[in-house]
Amino acid sequence: MEQALHFIQENQQIIYTVILMIFVGIEIIEKVPSVLHTPLMSGANAIHGVVIIGAIIVMGKAEQDNYLALALGFLAVLLGTLNVVGGFVVTDRMLEMFKKKK
Amino acid sequence: MSQYLLTICYLIGSITFILGLKMLSNPASARKGNLLAAAGMSIAIFGTIFLYKDIETGEYLHNYTWIFGGLLIGAIIGTLAAKKVKMTAMPEMVSLFNGMGGACAALISLVEFNHLSKEMLSNPNPLFIPHEQTKVLIIVIGLIIGSVSFAGSMIAWGKLNGKVKDMSFTGQNILNLLMLAAAIGCATFLVMHPEQSMLLYVILALSLIYGIFFVMPIGGADMPVVISLLNSFTGVAAACGGFLYDNKVMLTGGILVGAAGTLLTILMCKAMNRSLKNVLIGSFGGGAKAGVAGSLGGAQGHHKEISLSDTAMVMTYANKVMIVPGYGLAVAQAQHACHELEKILTEKGVEVKYAIHPVAGRMPGHMNVLLAEADVSYDHLLEMEQANDEFATTDVVFILGANDVVNPAAKSDPASPIYGMPILNVELAKTVIVNKRSMKPGYAGIENDLFFRPKTSMLFGDAKKVLQDLCTEIKNS
Repeated sequence: MEQALHFIQENQQIIYTVILMIFVGIEIIEKVPSVLHTPLMSGANAIHGVVIIGAIIVMGKAEQDNYLALALGFLAVLLGTLNVVGGFVVTDRMLEMFKKKK
Repeated sequence: MSQYLLTICYLIGSITFILGLKMLSNPASARKGNLLAAAGMSIAIFGTIFLYKDIETGEYLHNYTWIFGGLLIGAIIGTLAAKKVKMTAMPEMVSLFNGMGGACAALISLVEFNHLSKEMLSNPNPLFIPHEQTKVLIIVIGLIIGSVSFAGSMIAWGKLNGKVKDMSFTGQNILNLLMLAAAIGCATFLVMHPEQSMLLYVILALSLIYGIFFVMPIGGADMPVVISLLNSFTGVAAACGGFLYDNKVMLTGGILVGAAGTLLTILMCKAMNRSLKNVLIGSFGGGAKAGVAGSLGGAQGHHKEISLSDTAMVMTYANKVMIVPGYGLAVAQAQHACHELEKILTEKGVEVKYAIHPVAGRMPGHMNVLLAEADVSYDHLLEMEQANDEFATTDVVFILGANDVVNPAAKSDPASPIYGMPILNVELAKTVIVNKRSMKPGYAGIENDLFFRPKTSMLFGDAKKVLQDLCTEIKNS
């Protein structure tokens, strides 16, 4: 119990951010027309590619002789980039076709 | 100084993510929103590479060759894959990219845990432990969610492109739950005793297997829900990374996607009249089988066929034709031929509209994307409620490879697995023509009574070929 309270006290800023972000996430999605569900899912998919920043930090901190960390970190950067770049490009391709025609 | 700059970079990143997602919710600004989020992401990524300083050592990052190598290769493969993929294969592409993100999160957890356990061995200060335990907890959560998301997305990807078949066995749900419980149990033990580092690999293996078994029995009709759910999982895994590094852009981006993705998942479930719990424990396979057995007895009857020239004639003399596209249209790549038919009919003075069911195809909005690719105008696409209002004044409903979304069993048969799902009430129209390749049941695996109704005629064949022949036929008439 004390540990849990301590945890909340220690990380209150993060906990506030998480709670507020949950509401923001729900709020902005609510008004999406069903037409845009697939592009939206794809766009959100690209945004969680932000995990690549963690991969870059892991990679950049790895010691030169720690080959396991280097290899795993490299793989993480590679996969993360795939998620980000592929995600945004696919979303853009989908949305390209939604241009209003006159 | 660089610290402040990096904070600004992350702030910009977070704001662009929120604005980007918001703009994505409006057709007019959607594309800009996506580009805005991409720009914010680039700022955050390059800010991290050049400005990030380790809190403990105060050093900048190194291993630039490796970082840029990974970025470059990933960017090239990602762009090529995203550019080359066919419109029909978009859903599986999203699933694949989502899996990459999940794997990335899992890998980060692996490396960070190794790093942490080394640190703990060299510095066995007991005062340190509560702080470290928090870290271990976050790492393990990131690992479990990331691996489940990765393994599940790979299976979803394989299923959508037909490489993986549905598979289920009795007791699978119980086994799944047991595996999840075992993973959580191991995780709890590991947090209590972080020195048992081998347990991490047990957790990894359990999570991967759980991810596979979790998606394995779920039918293709549920795949959009699963992908959306796994999408929000990866968001949460990314947020775990944000927690770990006290990195605000990862935290906000991850939670944003986690929350939005969860809501989107629930909305999809509602449209299909399934509870999330139902999808989660993967009981659809069993339910569908019971449904087949139940409806096979009653639904058999005679269907009547209609010839191409008759179809052409019925359509030419109609005042209003409503096209109901489904997955069959996507498989046959028939969207252009479909637009062609619409143009020819419009020239003949026929009013042509499209009735889009929210879960038609393999993903919500799938049909809209497809038809948009073929230059079909926005104003001609009707959402379900609008379409249902207009069926009564429609002469011909032309169903192209759609099945479950027009199945009257959803309204009339409480034993049917899709009972309660809102459907397109095509029977209100004067005539219904159904194009299918065969009489095989649709994705939910249940017979469709509609095909045996007196108003309905069947036009068998590949959607694209049928549409092309129909166009020629109408032109010549």
